[in-house]
Amino acid sequence: MISPELQAMRASMFAKRKRINYVATALALSAMAFGLFWLAWILLETIRQGFAGLTIATLTQMTPGPNEEGGLANAIYGSLLMVLLSTCVGTPIGVMAGIYLAEFEPKGWLASVTRFVNDILLSAPSIVIGLFVYSVIVHPLHSFSALAGVVALALIVIPVVIRTTENMLQLVPPGLREAAYALGAPKWKVILSITLKAARTGVITGILLAVARISGETAPLLFTALSNQFWTSSLSQPMASLPVTIFKFAMSPYENWQKLAWAGVFLITLAVLALNVAARVLTRVKN
Amino acid sequence: MSSTLAHGETPAALHQARSLAQPPAPKQARSGPLADRLFGVFAKGAALFTLGLLLAILTSLTISAWPAIAKYGLGFLTSSAWDPVQEEFGGLVMIYGTLATSVIALLIAVPVSFGIALFLTELSPAWLKRPLGTAIELLAAIPSIVYGMWGLLVFGPVLAEYVQTPLQAAFTGVPYLGAFVSGPPVGIGILSAGIILAIMIIPFISAVMRDVFEVTPPMLKESAYGLGATTWEVVYKIVLPFTKTGVIGGIMLGLGRAIGETMAVTFVIGNFNQLDSLSLFQAANSITSALANEFAEAGEGLHQAALMYLGLVLFFITFVILSLSKLLLAQLRKGEGAKS
Repeated sequence: MISPELQAMRASMFAKRKRINYVATALALSAMAFGLFWLAWILLETIRQGFAGLTIATLTQMTPGPNEEGGLANAIYGSLLMVLLSTCVGTPIGVMAGIYLAEFEPKGWLASVTRFVNDILLSAPSIVIGLFVYSVIVHPLHSFSALAGVVALALIVIPVVIRTTENMLQLVPPGLREAAYALGAPKWKVILSITLKAARTGVITGILLAVARISGETAPLLFTALSNQFWTSSLSQPMASLPVTIFKFAMSPYENWQKLAWAGVFLITLAVLALNVAARVLTRVKN
Repeated sequence: MSSTLAHGETPAALHQARSLAQPPAPKQARSGPLADRLFGVFAKGAALFTLGLLLAILTSLTISAWPAIAKYGLGFLTSSAWDPVQEEFGGLVMIYGTLATSVIALLIAVPVSFGIALFLTELSPAWLKRPLGTAIELLAAIPSIVYGMWGLLVFGPVLAEYVQTPLQAAFTGVPYLGAFVSGPPVGIGILSAGIILAIMIIPFISAVMRDVFEVTPPMLKESAYGLGATTWEVVYKIVLPFTKTGVIGGIMLGLGRAIGETMAVTFVIGNFNQLDSLSLFQAANSITSALANEFAEAGEGLHQAALMYLGLVLFFITFVILSLSKLLLAQLRKGEGAKS
């Protein structure tokens, strides 16, 4: 028999534990709401202000001086060109290194060290990459150039692609490789036409995520590609890019510049989110 | 009859056995080794390139920073002078700004990320897990320049009006606490930079926490639930102790991110070299914002070298923090293997 006092004590203890649980659950719920709140606020504000600043001229005209009419055409072109080139440079290196980690010596010392270093580079401050490229390219050549910007962005692409390529190759069932080897295929052929092909959706996802990452990168371009008020296709000249132009315009007191900066922010956010959604859809189709 | 058959079979079988031992080299096999070797060299080269990159970054930063390192030594880290005209440089103001904003970011982001991870692993209905998880991950996808511009033009004024002004009214005159809230409530400074950094690192910390919470063996949790533990008790007394190395690893990862974040901080911190007050409302400077603002305009020579020195310090700090984070997470994975 349980005495009434004991029963009352148990009931009150249970009530207390339930209360604590209730409070903790409520706090977890509000933490979730807290996170979503910022996402919603940032996106809504970007859409509202960005849409207001977006006109046809934004896409067709050059960046203006203070209080003049103009658009972001040269910055958009510069961004597209540099992102495209750096993806083309960075992807093969990243994929090859990913192949090495997954297919050649997954357990060797070189692979372990590379994996470790790659994880560090993946989260390293991008401004340091900018400093590095400044001291190895801009400083010796005595000029800021789009080429330096491309190199800086490519150095950011590489770790992202290495990581996803390795992970995706590891998911390929070993039976597939063994079947190909049993048919007498040489290693390079097994990797290129069997394993890499089997993992291709994942690898493409990684490349998309890398493109999304560098599309918004500003810090590594600040002292490499710098900026340019005019249209240029020359890689040896400073080149405007959307993020750097936004940085310059948003910090200015001129109203037309700020408006253009909002339009630019809207375009970048749109592009980056679209790339992320595309990457997610690709992985889901795969699964 | 049977013997002739066996007799007739033997040479064929022998021939087969011999050809297995010495396969005739087909065309592919001949082109194979060379192509294989080349392919292997390329793959290994790409891996070595990544390794070399880290070394190259460290070396080139050290060489470029050398004039400042030679002149100031480690005293650079404790001196708060920053005067490009007089060529007097010290990194204390920026290092303090970087650390202060990162600490504020962690104070906010760690509990929130814990709540989010708890919600997504234990509370959320299954059909909501995916969309909510994706939404939080999207916070990491938004470029930092967007955070910066939003922080400067939208969030800053709101923070000034609805948070800083009331706080100042409430705490001015209170010993110790009053010092933190002195200064002009304009929505720019260490506090706003810290809050924006917190929003930016929440997705990273909560993703790691969620992943490690999910590796807790279901048996452990079910046993606790079976004994009548509440959800909170299961998470706090079973899941958290089991995953604590991983959780700390995730927090370190977030810290590394916060320390290295550039554009968002540059927009809202105010870029003002001062260390006169403890105020969180004062405009200040961080390593990354000093680099972003001054580097392109700095003349060659000591000013640039001092900025490179700051970059080297930044890289060193993030390197140590990220390595620790990686080691802690690896340890959790190892422990997991030993237990299962």
